[in-house]
Amino acid sequence: MIFTIAGRELRGLFLSPLAWSILAVVQLILAYMFLAQIDFFMQLQPRLPTLPGAPGITEIVVVPLFGNAAMILLLIVPLITMRLISDERRNQTLPLLFAAPISMSSIVLGKFVGVMTFLLIMLLMILMMPLTLLLGSSLDFGVLAAATLGLFLLLASFAAVGLFMSSLTAQPTIAAVSTFGVLLLLWILDWAGNNADGGNGSDVLAYLSILRHYEALLKGVFNSADVIYYLLFITVFLVLSIRRLDAERTQH
Amino acid sequence: MSMDSLITVENLYRYYGELCAVHDLCFEVRRGEVLGFLGPNGAGKSTTMRIIGGNLAPSAGRVLINGVDILDQPVLAKAELGFLPETPPLYRDLTVNEYLVYCARINRIPRSQQRAAIDSAKERCGLTEVGRRLIANLSKGYQQRVGIAQAIIHSPSVVLLDEPTVGLDPIQIREIRALIRDVANEHSVVLSTHILPEVQSVCDRVQIINRGRLVLNESIEQMREKLQATTLLIALRSMPSISELESVAGVASVELVEDGRVRIGYGAESDPSDAIVEQAVANGWGLHELTPERMTLEQVFVDITSSDAHAHGESGKHGGKGEAA
Repeated sequence: MIFTIAGRELRGLFLSPLAWSILAVVQLILAYMFLAQIDFFMQLQPRLPTLPGAPGITEIVVVPLFGNAAMILLLIVPLITMRLISDERRNQTLPLLFAAPISMSSIVLGKFVGVMTFLLIMLLMILMMPLTLLLGSSLDFGVLAAATLGLFLLLASFAAVGLFMSSLTAQPTIAAVSTFGVLLLLWILDWAGNNADGGNGSDVLAYLSILRHYEALLKGVFNSADVIYYLLFITVFLVLSIRRLDAERTQH
Repeated sequence: MSMDSLITVENLYRYYGELCAVHDLCFEVRRGEVLGFLGPNGAGKSTTMRIIGGNLAPSAGRVLINGVDILDQPVLAKAELGFLPETPPLYRDLTVNEYLVYCARINRIPRSQQRAAIDSAKERCGLTEVGRRLIANLSKGYQQRVGIAQAIIHSPSVVLLDEPTVGLDPIQIREIRALIRDVANEHSVVLSTHILPEVQSVCDRVQIINRGRLVLNESIEQMREKLQATTLLIALRSMPSISELESVAGVASVELVEDGRVRIGYGAESDPSDAIVEQAVANGWGLHELTPERMTLEQVFVDITSSDAHAHGESGKHGGKGEAA
């Protein structure tokens, strides 16, 4: 049942030009950044062997690429998730799902899986760029795997927030703007931690920041605490979405 | 009784803030029955339909579909339910076929039977020709049919149709009505509408709801009896005296109407038509018109919904209606 809804969601995305243009734009921008990074690496290359413990191509090209990808997708994901539920509410097609013998969690999970499949396609396309480096070089697969996992978890968190915001409103634009707002806020929570010198409150804020956990994974440090942070984050927003939809239907 | 009732609504209330949209609603729908749910705009029809359809929570009370509480076991209850809301829930970017495949899947029709279910729904709703067209490009009538196809695709025992003929042209309305009658052969149907002929032509039972309260619940036969003629309108070329007319057997009252006709009132069991015709021939009154006057459902409806505040005194209202006709 989850996959039926996910399939419909994915299909709906690809039926509109939005998904295609998003894929194209993201790929274009990241490709440009990727090439610029390779250029930088080429300039650096002659000096690298002389340095002790010098960074490899993975650190110089791949890690910044994934860092930039996270930033760009922070802007893009709200546009993909904004229609998930709000569009159905606006077109009054939600009754179809509500009157069918499906549980609310299947509906929400179906939508989430659908949008995650799309983001996974995007992630694979991004991943393809570093993999082309294998033609003339070797990569640090550990770092690459950790960074990919990080980006995947980050995207899933974005999508979960987007899904929840979309369940709150009937206007896709409002869903997009508020998703973006929440994500950006979670992103820059880190600043408070960096600026203040050692207050307890700011430590907590910094720890809550969605960015900090990603940075660790990006460096190739796989800490299960970071992964659990993302899993918890995703679960919380999915449960909130289920509760939100259930509230329309059940007794309060 | 409860064995055979597919929908049981018990003491249903729904508040929108201060506004009470549905007030203490109780009714049952039996197997194979078509229930007409009538009411003026804003009477609470759609609210009730949405609650039964599992789309809206009641503030109090409960709804059983085939004996299963829709709040406690929604998945089980909804398997027996087909719902067409006021606005058909259509994905406009899909073709009719794609849409129905999706509906078949979310209604848990086993994969092996999906093909057959879709084909039969399409055939019954007259959609075979348009299967490959985009829903967005269909006319409103066809979109409505797709909506009905969606509601019956999994052969539920209960089909809820919320104002299925709104905004259609007269020919489409006839087609949709024929379709509803066809659906009713196999399913129980609850039809909400404010169009009265629709109820008279397709329903077995009528319920009138006004300001959230149930004000009438009768079978269509009972309704017909209620609508039975108790007056005749006759036109005569040479007018006899009133007393002469009153002396005809069975005539209870005589009243002159403006355009030269006469309204004859009579008791429930004594139709004086035959006697009047005999007398007219014998005395050369020149009878050239004799029409039984019937109350239409419309009058009953207007009557009940407009005088809801003092809803008692059925008989008085009947007399009043006779004059208005």
